[in-house]
Amino acid sequence: MSMKTSTRQVNGVTIVDCSGRITLGEGSVILKDVVRELLSKGQKKILLNLGDVNYIDSSGIGELVSAFTTVRNQGGELKLLNLTKKVHDLLQITKLYTVFDVKDDEASAVKSFS
Amino acid sequence: MTEQRVSYTLDSTLETVDSAEQAASRIASEAGFDDDEVMRIAMAVREAAVNAVLHGNAYDPGKKVSLAFEQTGGNLVITIRDQGKGLDLEKIPDPLAPENLLKTSGRGIFLIRSFMDEVHISPSQTGTEIKLVKHVHGPSEGVKEASQ
Repeated sequence: MSMKTSTRQVNGVTIVDCSGRITLGEGSVILKDVVRELLSKGQKKILLNLGDVNYIDSSGIGELVSAFTTVRNQGGELKLLNLTKKVHDLLQITKLYTVFDVKDDEASAVKSFS
Repeated sequence: MTEQRVSYTLDSTLETVDSAEQAASRIASEAGFDDDEVMRIAMAVREAAVNAVLHGNAYDPGKKVSLAFEQTGGNLVITIRDQGKGLDLEKIPDPLAPENLLKTSGRGIFLIRSFMDEVHISPSQTGTEIKLVKHVHGPSEGVKEASQ
């Protein structure tokens, strides 16, 4: 299953609901394009909802890191919401769990943006 | 565990990466690994295939990726070989080092080592061979030898 995304706005925060796989090729490209488009529209508070993402490979991890640094470098914030156990474990072993701001409740995640 | 060997010769394409992952998932499942272990084995094979296709063969249509699965002596042994210039192990940075945490690449070999019991990397001027070993702890079922 390839990756699909949809976006919605909640109190000035853009929530990107992702589903499928973020892997080398299409999945990583879709994520990159979504983030780039949001930034081009000035939407710099981004919450990636990964609740329906069941698989990420090293390229997908790289794309998450790239999205995180790109948004931060433009003065924005990118946070992660609803990690599945597989994705959570992957971020733990790569020591990225503490790099990303990871949330498990959408309402409090939205409030946490400055 | 029943002794068996399955081998594939694959093109240097993104489709190969997906095919390798799917084959690993199926064979690991047939070998009796649980779902979590199957996922780890399949991801290790995927990452090794990515290295072979991208960094080894560099998508060269004239170069192939060899993939073999062997169940022998209580182990699942997976060998991935490319026809590239040979991986330079000295140039692979530690992805857990603080200065590398925000790098967008360089985690493939680390994930492979994390998910498998043994990893043997043999670079040469004619390509790189990565041998992955997972010890079988659960019950296994035999499938007949096949080759593609």
